[in-house]
Amino acid sequence: MVEYVKPTNDKEFQENFAVKKPLMNPTEAYFESSRCLFCYDAPCIQACPTGIDIPLFIKQINTKNTTGAAKTIFDSNWIGNACGKICPTGVLCEGACVYNHQDVPPIQIGRLQNFATSHAIENGIKLYAPGKANGKKIAMIGSGPASISCACELRVMGYDVDIYEAKERPTGLTLHGIAAYKISNEEVIDELEYLQEQLGLNFICNKPIETKEQISELENDYDAIFLGVGIGPTASLNLPGEDFENVVGAVEFIEELRLNHHQTKVPQKVIVIGGGNTAMDAASQSARLGAKQVILAYRRDKDAMGAYGFEYKLAISAGVDSLFNAQPIGIVGNGKASAVKFVKTENLNGKLSNIEGSEFEVEADLIIKATGQSKQGAFLSLIDGLELDSRKRIVVKPDSFQCTNPKYFAGGDAVNGGAEVVNAAYDGKQAALGIHQWLNS
Amino acid sequence: MPDISINFAGIKSPNPFWLASAPPTNSGYQVMKAFDAGWGGAVWKTLGVPVVNVSSRYGAINYRDTRIAGLNNIELITDRPLADNLKEIEEVKKYFPDHAVIASLMVETKAEWHQIIKDVENAGADGIELNFGCPHGMCERGMGSAVGQEPEVLKTIVEWVMEVAKIPVITKLSPNISHIVDPGLAAAKGGTNAISLINTIKSIVGIDLDSFAPYPIVDGKGTNGGYCGPAVKPIALEMVKELTKHPEIKDIPISGIGGIESWRDVVEFILLGAGSVQVCTAVMHYGFGIVREMEAGLLQFMQEKGFETIYDFKGKALPNVTEWKHLNLKHKVVAKIDESKCVGCELCYIACDDGAHQAIALSTENGSRVPKIIDENCVGCNLCSLVCPVEDCITMEKRDDGTQHVTWDERTAAGDIPTTFDDDRAGGKHHFVPTVQDALKHRS
Ligand SMILES: Cc1cc2nc3c(=O)[nH]c(=O)nc-3n(C[C@H](O)[C@H](O)[C@H](O)COP(=O)(O)OP(=O)(O)OC[C@H]3O[C@@H](n4cnc5c(N)ncnc54)[C@H](O)[C@@H]3O)c2cc1C
Ligand SMILES: Cc1cc2nc3c(=O)[nH]c(=O)nc-3n(C[C@H](O)[C@H](O)[C@H](O)COP(=O)(O)O)c2cc1C
Ligand code: SF4
Ligand code: SF4
Ligand code: SF4
Repeated sequence: MVEYVKPTNDKEFQENFAVKKPLMNPTEAYFESSRCLFCYDAPCIQACPTGIDIPLFIKQINTKNTTGAAKTIFDSNWIGNACGKICPTGVLCEGACVYNHQDVPPIQIGRLQNFATSHAIENGIKLYAPGKANGKKIAMIGSGPASISCACELRVMGYDVDIYEAKERPTGLTLHGIAAYKISNEEVIDELEYLQEQLGLNFICNKPIETKEQISELENDYDAIFLGVGIGPTASLNLPGEDFENVVGAVEFIEELRLNHHQTKVPQKVIVIGGGNTAMDAASQSARLGAKQVILAYRRDKDAMGAYGFEYKLAISAGVDSLFNAQPIGIVGNGKASAVKFVKTENLNGKLSNIEGSEFEVEADLIIKATGQSKQGAFLSLIDGLELDSRKRIVVKPDSFQCTNPKYFAGGDAVNGGAEVVNAAYDGKQAALGIHQWLNS
Repeated sequence: MPDISINFAGIKSPNPFWLASAPPTNSGYQVMKAFDAGWGGAVWKTLGVPVVNVSSRYGAINYRDTRIAGLNNIELITDRPLADNLKEIEEVKKYFPDHAVIASLMVETKAEWHQIIKDVENAGADGIELNFGCPHGMCERGMGSAVGQEPEVLKTIVEWVMEVAKIPVITKLSPNISHIVDPGLAAAKGGTNAISLINTIKSIVGIDLDSFAPYPIVDGKGTNGGYCGPAVKPIALEMVKELTKHPEIKDIPISGIGGIESWRDVVEFILLGAGSVQVCTAVMHYGFGIVREMEAGLLQFMQEKGFETIYDFKGKALPNVTEWKHLNLKHKVVAKIDESKCVGCELCYIACDDGAHQAIALSTENGSRVPKIIDENCVGCNLCSLVCPVEDCITMEKRDDGTQHVTWDERTAAGDIPTTFDDDRAGGKHHFVPTVQDALKHRS
């Protein structure tokens, strides 16, 4: 278990947030790529949401065609570099690697992937160019991985693309949400600039699309519109005291951390409420920011947590304590929160119920809610004929990602309700093909 | 404790592990270090009129992350003055009187041969090796493989040597010849006391894709070199066997060389009749220390098998090395997959489907990636078992009951062999082959 000292400058911040999957050196990449069996109908490819031809790019690395390897990756996944770093590879490609069946460590696919893509990015190797202009214009709302992927694919096919982003900087949660120890801001931006230089993506930042008028304007100006709006801010828990200033949402907390690094204020005692991956990230990162005590509080038992086992382990190894079967029922404090009031829970025939009389309080100077994000329902309801499912996810056709209003296409978290960057990358690319087909049919 | 000492054509050595004539035996310093490390003998870097070498000198085949699966060199014989070498031979023999020091020689004229033999004998060498192998540089000057490839010339030179030599003479052969028995017989007829083989194989190890020159590159140009290391072992084993099975050569001691790195390699050469082994590349790669593994492994093997001396198993595999026509055509094996070990790489499937006999099917069970052998299609070629990455996962099961034995030779004698292009007796006549159109099913 590591005890982190509060970082006071960016160097110390970088030390505490040292990347989990560092870049391979050429020797490491050579040895690791040598191990790949070049499986037939390889299970790792099947497990990759973007279907990257993994044995091919690994063989290309091994034969010192690193540029070719990068192209193999980007051909399937425009966010290939970030994905190598941030994908939960243990449950995707690496989890499917046949070596696991003989208790041999699986091929480190993510790190090999980065070896190839970062070679291309660092050396500015141009692999793509915009297609011959076809005179058609597509708008993207939101600039997360789903939109970027869609935009790149469209540019290659000769479309003009404008990407409208509410925030100051593009790339969505890749920059603002992913844990800082998985990928640095520079790495996110470098990949974006790399794509940008080759394909000329037009970002229009600080430009939230919020009104019916804006929407009509877009509908008039563009041939199709892609919705890559993701999901919204942290949802409310409806707890008394939730509006105290030191009660924050996990997504907002992580965004501040990604942008302000060591200047992010973290007090001595932190409670993170939730049991998903976002909760793990928030807890891990609070500890890395030097909080003395970080408690992860979850209302069910450990096995019921939505988080990946490896993310939980990572949080524990960063010094996070956990508290299970604890349902928050109120925030204690006077203008400023000082504790969380919990009640113990038990699982009665599969139903979670509070144990009467078991209330207790745990002190905290910062309370981070990681209990889910609100959906974009309000915004999406401004678009005519756009069907959402019961969980406020945009309904799309499975292959083309076309919405019920045919001018719209959508992908990423807004469609799947919150998954991974790699899923957004896949959706965006497929949607681009869907748009192309629709406009040419 | 088994006795691993040898008497090779009169050359005594505490063990069969000798250093081959090459860079590791370039100096007395190296030979002394090697003896200290456990080597029983050393064939000194070939002596003659000193040469001038180039830089660089080596190229290699790396097989994935395996370095030097094969080594290629364009180095010539010793570039050191003879007197220095002779002085060092003498010194080494003082420290190690019971170890074998063999002087490798390569000169041109009869007078030179006679002179240099006297010189090395005076220095105390235990034996002489005649280098008729070098396939680069020296051969352009009429020596090395230029001699090894001309049996008549080789025989003449061996005769010159035998006229004067008082110590045992080993003739080292070049593999750069289609029939190794020809130079082998020539050496025997010339009167050699022993034969060693193989020297390096003429090769170009690779081409640099930027300068378009072969490796190793000497100022933008290259030349063919001599290939050695693990990759050449199978060629060496075969050539050793050609000699040890030949009625007119089999009584001549053979020193086996080529790709030897471990005790297993050593035992294989001895099983094919070698009476000593020589090693170069493995030492150039790992240093003299690898002899530890060779010695420990050899002793362990001999203990387990109950062999007391090397001569208890020398040539023991030879009766089992026969001609194709004597193999039992009734023997039948079929591949078997151990499902509990299979990792689902499906390499066996694609190897058999694309590269063999379409005898493996992908699993039809949902979620399973364990392929199935189609017994009736399997010809027992072994390919899948060689491809499978898991130890002992695919094994070849015997399916015949052992009662039948028919060879090609016997079938020929009985007039029961295919004789026309469309003969019904064709081995593959009733064997399953998919239709040509079946290939289209794989189109995506
Ligand atoms: C805390 C956290 C940790 C995560 N960790 C990982 C991880 O380790 N690995 C991984 O693969 N995935 C991770 N994810 C998931 C991943 O970030 C998302 O699945 C992915 O970013 C979704 O991409 P997207 O393009 O659909 O949406 P987003 O990335 O959310 O991008 C949407 C963008 O649209 C903008 N936008 C929204 N509405 C409007 C509007 N009306 N007008 C203009 N712009 C608008 C937003 O500002 C945002 O920039 C994590 C998510 C969170 C919250
Ligand atoms: C199983 C097998 C059968 C072969 N049969 C033939 C043959 O019928 N005709 C031929 O010219 N070469 C034959 N070869 C030799 C190959 O064509 C090739 O020359 C040799 O394998 C060297 O190439 P490689 O190192 O790529 O295998 C055969 C090789 C193998 C492995
Ligand atoms: S499953 Fe593993 S070994 Fe097989 S191709 Fe994929 S990475 Fe290589
Ligand atoms: S032994 Fe040969 S024919 Fe039989 S299954 Fe294996 S590869 Fe196919
Ligand atoms: S090669 Fe071996 S491990 Fe791979 S699928 Fe075949 S039997 Fe299984």
